[in-house]
Amino acid sequence: MPKVTIDNIEIEVPEGTTILQAARMIGERNKADRHVVPPAMCYYTSLKTSGGYCRTCIVKVSQGSTKDPRPMPKPVASCRTNVMDGMVVQNTTSPELLDARKGVTEFLLINHPLDCPICDQAGECHLQDLGYEHGAEGSRYEFERRTFDPIDIGDTIKLHMTRCILCYRCVKVAEQLTDGRVHGVINRGDVSEISTYIQQAVENDFSGNMIDVCPVGALTDKTFRFASRVWYTKPVDAHRDCENPKCTGKVVLWLKGNEVLRVTGRKDQWGEVESFICNTCRFDKKDVKHWTVEGPRHLDRHSVIAPTTTNSSRSRSSLPRPLRKAPP
Amino acid sequence: MASTIKAVTTTEGVAPFRFSEAGLAECRRLIARYPAEQSKSALLPILHVAQSENDGWLSVYAMDAVAEVLGIQRIEVFEVASFYSMYNLHPVGTYHLEVCRTTPCMLRGADDLMAHLEKRLGIHVGETTKDGMFTLKGVECLGSCGTAPMLQCGAKYHENLTPERADSLIEQLRAENKRQNYTDQ
Amino acid sequence: MARKLLLEHDNKPGIQGLEGYRANGGYRSVEKALKTMGPEAVLEEVKKSGLRGRGGAGFPTGLKWSFMAKPPGVPRYLVVNADESEPGTFKDRYLMERIPHILIEGMITSSFALGANVSYIYIRGEYFYIYRILERAIEEARAAGWLGKNILGSGFDHDIHVQVGAGAYICGEETALLESLEGKRGNPRIKPPFPAVKGLYGCPTVVNNVETIAAVVPIVNDGGEEYAKIGIGKSTGTKLISAGGNINKPGVYEIDLGITCEEFLNSDEWCGGVQGRALKALVPGGSSVPIIPAELYFKTAAGEARLMTYESLSDGGFATGSMLGSGGFYAYNDAQCIVRSTWNHTRFYAHESCGQCSPCREGTGWMEKVLHRIENGEGRLEDIDLLWDIQRKIEGNTICPLGDAAAWPVASAIRHFRDEFEFHVYHPQKVKDPKHFEKTPFVRKPKTVAA
Ligand SMILES: Cc1cc2nc3c(=O)[nH]c(=O)nc-3n(C[C@H](O)[C@H](O)[C@H](O)COP(=O)(O)O)c2cc1C
Ligand code: SF4
Ligand code: SF4
Ligand code: FES
Ligand code: FES
Repeated sequence: MPKVTIDNIEIEVPEGTTILQAARMIGERNKADRHVVPPAMCYYTSLKTSGGYCRTCIVKVSQGSTKDPRPMPKPVASCRTNVMDGMVVQNTTSPELLDARKGVTEFLLINHPLDCPICDQAGECHLQDLGYEHGAEGSRYEFERRTFDPIDIGDTIKLHMTRCILCYRCVKVAEQLTDGRVHGVINRGDVSEISTYIQQAVENDFSGNMIDVCPVGALTDKTFRFASRVWYTKPVDAHRDCENPKCTGKVVLWLKGNEVLRVTGRKDQWGEVESFICNTCRFDKKDVKHWTVEGPRHLDRHSVIAPTTTNSSRSRSSLPRPLRKAPP
Repeated sequence: MASTIKAVTTTEGVAPFRFSEAGLAECRRLIARYPAEQSKSALLPILHVAQSENDGWLSVYAMDAVAEVLGIQRIEVFEVASFYSMYNLHPVGTYHLEVCRTTPCMLRGADDLMAHLEKRLGIHVGETTKDGMFTLKGVECLGSCGTAPMLQCGAKYHENLTPERADSLIEQLRAENKRQNYTDQ
Repeated sequence: MARKLLLEHDNKPGIQGLEGYRANGGYRSVEKALKTMGPEAVLEEVKKSGLRGRGGAGFPTGLKWSFMAKPPGVPRYLVVNADESEPGTFKDRYLMERIPHILIEGMITSSFALGANVSYIYIRGEYFYIYRILERAIEEARAAGWLGKNILGSGFDHDIHVQVGAGAYICGEETALLESLEGKRGNPRIKPPFPAVKGLYGCPTVVNNVETIAAVVPIVNDGGEEYAKIGIGKSTGTKLISAGGNINKPGVYEIDLGITCEEFLNSDEWCGGVQGRALKALVPGGSSVPIIPAELYFKTAAGEARLMTYESLSDGGFATGSMLGSGGFYAYNDAQCIVRSTWNHTRFYAHESCGQCSPCREGTGWMEKVLHRIENGEGRLEDIDLLWDIQRKIEGNTICPLGDAAAWPVASAIRHFRDEFEFHVYHPQKVKDPKHFEKTPFVRKPKTVAA
């Protein structure tokens, strides 16, 4: 089994493991080593061919392998590069790499509306995390930002294209989980957008998973009642015997009192759902008595911004600063 | 800074579309070029056929027909049609004048040619004349840098253009009043 | 007069048709390869010739062919890249329009070496009329038995198809091209796997430029060693140069690699000198390569005469050199504005970015806006450093080399012509007229060339 060293920490991994996966294995082995894990905005373990697009997960390969120790000439996407025996990788230990990642972060933010205070995703947004952990203070971008009107794609999902970072995850969900993709990426370059064909509705048993995989607040659950800040809700693990054979029925209920505000998949420590759930579980079972509650869900990764943080000048400020902990 | 002209994605007031017999035969000829299970490969050339049979642009109906011919999802057609710059997702004039504006042409006077055409036709780049005769578009290098400045109309290249030659081209096209397509033989 | 290998019969009557082409020795390489050589021997000649890819990157063709995976029972493909969209380049158009059969002949011979029974030409959509020319030529070749089953009784089957694109520079990038050939958006693939392992329809595929494949014809006819006698060092053979910009004789020229840059620009056999005014700058290999000021075009930093070869044009690295690239050569006279040209280049890349990866999608558009502001006299001094920083953060951080191609022209313009950018900031009134340097050319302070 190949051995790889990431930021001076060594691990042995199965053949065919990517650098990102190896880094996550280091992080899982010892929580204190989680700094070696690069941020990943587009890769999603359970979605085939995902990754490679956002470039946030780039790392420096300072030694290719034992056999061929030459460094790789350019940073590589850790999510799409397999480890080789004797490979040496730098993530946080390379200042140039961190600078390059800062650049990528800035690129992802220049056209972002920074409307966190009014965004449903605030509190569980990977772009907020990224901006906070890897971005710079303030924006150097002074031009008008791209904007799109929010549109309904079906009865249950809203698309705020303005917030989309074109990670392609929702497209892969539609391709790999549903029986006919009706939305995709249209146009090209910096006017690319996620869209349906002629306002077609996205209607499919598993389409709701697009909401869970979206790293930002571009796809949101229209049935999320009393759109509420996530930190005011109480997440609990729950399950039910779902009729749909492809659905595990294992979910997180977001409760306010005894009311189910929304239902989502269960996300692991890397922000990926453990199993996909069907639309019936997600959109139609909004009563606790539909569910067997297992106990509180522990969330440890997502940033949460304080509701008092407002964003005075939208065009020139950086992201509202997230707090590390939810307010009581 | 790709084109920001929005696609026409309604069917209101848009003429229905059906491939002609010749068009369908051409589609079949194109599909036959690829391995049996790879007929989607013919999407780009078939979109060209549809565009030529639909007055030079791809309406929702035209894209629907292409999806049907190839047996693929309509979004797959739309994704592709909106990616490539030669597909028009909105109506265009009888003559679509595509003026190259890229650097090598600029060095040989493309800016002047464009300014002249705008003045002469009374429209800005991206617009269509009121009589629906001419649409003016700025495009990227057409592989004609040695014979610049130039423009493309349908399949034809018009090269080494001076203001006078551009004027006589416009006169000639106006007199002919016949749409020119990329697929013209 | 140098020897021509590709354009030798350029002006012969009827050369566009099969009969005229045959009359001038056409299809000899197919006869020779299929009847007397065998696939390995053809590959060997191509290796010996030192031929390097003519599409831009200059990768040794023989080596590329030898990477082709050969899993049993899986078809292999040759795909010819006729997307030719690199600004400044128009040689493939010239060759395919004038002598379409040389491409078809090269494809049969090359496919024989590669063991490909089907090959495709992917031609840019704007070249629709050449697509028709190629279709007719293929038809002729098929009718005459150069294509089809058991060609010349050798047991080798081959067929060629041509497919048109629809307007996208990025489809020149080989994996975007394959996606497009599969009927998809022209999004470059993430590599590895490389096409030689997983290309068209997931099968092993070699993608080569039109000129590269055409060059296989003289290589097989005369032998690789003969071909390698032309040129200097690792730049062997002849190269088609598309010459444009402010020169007296624009056109496509076949040169022996190794003639001096000075000769190419000033001799009447080639460009015939700069139009009317003084030479200001040069882009020698298509818009993606660094722009260099006149003095660095004629001489390397070490003071040696610069030559038209891969090595000499890139001598000095990005500090003082450029690249041969696709051979899209264009000259600037002193009426031209480098800032305007850089803005135009960047507008091109922003327009052509596929939009898949964030640095290129967002960075190219950003640079375009900043450059537009400077060119229009609304820029600030910090903008120049901002541009430098943006291009630096795009370069090397993208999926495909389009990001680099967008960064280099900006970097080289600032590197060599920074004072001209500053002039735009200091004298906004003087640059209001788009032709601001026509009456009074900008006088550059010649830099002491750093080694
Ligand atoms: C953005 C981009 C555009 C390209 N455009 C072309 C092109 O128009 N024609 C071409 O032959 N190669 C082009 N290339 C190079 C191809 O990717 C590929 O290297 C080439 O076709 C290989 O053929 P060769 O080895 O014969 O040069 C382009 C590369 C990039 C990154
Ligand atoms: S909508 Fe969300 S999931 Fe889909 S591409 Fe955009 S950011 Fe990614
Ligand atoms: S570098 Fe540009 S063109 Fe290449 S894949 Fe990324 S976005 Fe597309
Ligand atoms: S997570 Fe690897 S490129 Fe986006
Ligand atoms: S730049 Fe206009 S044809 Fe090449």
